Amino acid sequence: MNLRDRWRSTSENILIPIGAVLASLVVFGIFCAVQGKNPIAIYGTIYQSAFGNSFSWQGTLIRAAPLMLTSLCTALPAMLGLTIIGNEGALIVGGLGAIAMGLALSSLPPIMVQIAMAMAGLIAGGLWIMFVGAIKYYRGVNETISSLLMNYIAIAVLNTLVEGPMRDPSSLNKPSSFPLAAVNMLQSIPNSRVHYGLIYGLVACAIAYFLIHRTTFGFAVRTVGGNIRAAKIAGLPVGKLTLIVTFLGGSCAGLAGMVEIAAIHGSANASLNADYGYSGILVAFIARQNPLVAVLVAVLMGGILASGSALQRSFGLPDATVLLFQGIVFLAILFSESLYGRLDFFKDREPEVKIDASATVV
Amino acid sequence: MTDDTLGWMSVPLAIVAGTFRGSAPFLFVSLGECLTEKAGKINLGLEGTLLTGAMTAYAVSYLTKSPWLGVLAAGLAGVGLGLIHAWLSQRPRVSDVAVGIAMIIFGSGIAFFFGKAFIQPKAIPLPVFELGNWSSYPQVQDALKISPLLLIGIVIAPVMQWFFSSTRWGLYVRAVGDSPSAARAMGISVVGVRTGAIVAGSFLAGIGGASLSLYYPGLWSERISSGQGLMAVALVIFARWQPIHCLWAALLFGGAQAIGPSLQAVGISSYRYLFNAAPYIMTLIITIATCSPRRTLSGSPGALGTNE
Repeated sequence: MNLRDRWRSTSENILIPIGAVLASLVVFGIFCAVQGKNPIAIYGTIYQSAFGNSFSWQGTLIRAAPLMLTSLCTALPAMLGLTIIGNEGALIVGGLGAIAMGLALSSLPPIMVQIAMAMAGLIAGGLWIMFVGAIKYYRGVNETISSLLMNYIAIAVLNTLVEGPMRDPSSLNKPSSFPLAAVNMLQSIPNSRVHYGLIYGLVACAIAYFLIHRTTFGFAVRTVGGNIRAAKIAGLPVGKLTLIVTFLGGSCAGLAGMVEIAAIHGSANASLNADYGYSGILVAFIARQNPLVAVLVAVLMGGILASGSALQRSFGLPDATVLLFQGIVFLAILFSESLYGRLDFFKDREPEVKIDASATVV
Repeated sequence: MTDDTLGWMSVPLAIVAGTFRGSAPFLFVSLGECLTEKAGKINLGLEGTLLTGAMTAYAVSYLTKSPWLGVLAAGLAGVGLGLIHAWLSQRPRVSDVAVGIAMIIFGSGIAFFFGKAFIQPKAIPLPVFELGNWSSYPQVQDALKISPLLLIGIVIAPVMQWFFSSTRWGLYVRAVGDSPSAARAMGISVVGVRTGAIVAGSFLAGIGGASLSLYYPGLWSERISSGQGLMAVALVIFARWQPIHCLWAALLFGGAQAIGPSLQAVGISSYRYLFNAAPYIMTLIITIATCSPRRTLSGSPGALGTNE
């Protein structure tokens, strides 16, 4: 690929998503105008409350942290050609594992508790999604559907545990588990209200990118994703790769559960089921399964989520406005997927035509 | 009469009542998903369609004082969302699973945005058939208040079965779902048939939403669908892509949903969430048991889950 082609493909990768976001801004703007609200003012508020100052940036980053982690639960298995949507379930069991560990070991030094909680989250979430990978490989069960079903099973397990065996009798209106000791909570980064979960998310995305794009393991995984039959002929251990990659994906979502429990909620309860899992799926798709791009998309999405209450306060719009905005942005970006490689603007014309002509003569 | 006079009989009775009350949305949304999947596409967005249908039905019934107009409007709202899904999911290199998830967000956004104004007012619910008047027990009378939508759904299931097995258009849908390239060779418009199937499926799901807000629980709130639209995907596998089995499966899922609350009514409250999860666990176990690594599920449309 020469420099010019590379420039074209890079500009395509940048301009198409930007175009999609602009298109969705126009559509949502028209919608707001029809509702009698000034779209420019609304966008100003969204921007202000998401990225306007350091306080709003912090709120955005707090929401972006779990999204980075849950998006990997879809992005990593996608390298193998698997469409996993069990992120929510993996997040919940990861959170449950973490709180169980945090409560059981509460007498140890905080750093040990932290590590044990993170490990418990990783392992619980990892095994949860590895089960999906296992039944896909050994029984041929569709991974999209089995992981979807397992989300509901995880929610039921969460509700059963926090209302039964794990319940703190003093939590009356909202059944919760016993709370974590304050010293064992995930601390904030100095001089901010952003917790260290953000670092977990950034590191996980960086590792995932390195693993997939810079190692032999990643190459093997991408080969299986590209053509499973060729991979088998080449002697790649498809089953083993499936188990490892689904475990890694699930463990990231499980870690997101640990982060939410240890940094935000402090105990397990129904709030753990806050749709970060489902949003993570979209982050992964929008980032086109690239873990580094997922970081950016997660921040953008965290910003949109963070602006919800401001829209309600300033414009008297329902808080669902943000949901609607999110939906429009996603649909526009998904549509833009189909434009890659099809717009004349990004095509290199002269050399290709000549090669085609000589090929037909031969 | 109180629960005491019926004693333990109140549990099976409550389950029967719950089955009749709770099955209609499952039935409609699973028939809609069945039609969509037969054509080879998955529509996870039916959860959003169910919510939009429920909100539209409630709003229109409240504003026009006619619940049946509400039902129609819910179906039409479903058609609107279905058109978006059909168009987007058939673009090259766009995953129907991703579109479905985006449509859940978009559909619930629409429903919650416009539904905010309708949480308080009381819409006119659908009339019911009271089939239990022969009994002197109020519980029995309550249990046999049947929604007309459930009856309509019970009629649609065998009709759809017949449609797939014995009509030309049914054959087109199956051909498109099993092998798009073969269908194209037969001169069938794959895009046209799929669009039709997705839109019609969405229409049914919208009506499923109407049965939530206009019959049971008979109000509009943001928590009303609680995942029933997504569950339809599981239900269709459970039913092996046979509309008539969708009927049995919807009754089973509706009944399973009632087990938890009815046990709670006689004082058994622990583990009710696990009872609620019973249908999912059951579906998962059955899927694992009946799949094999060499072939996909029997009855599964060939092009399902591929991006063909």
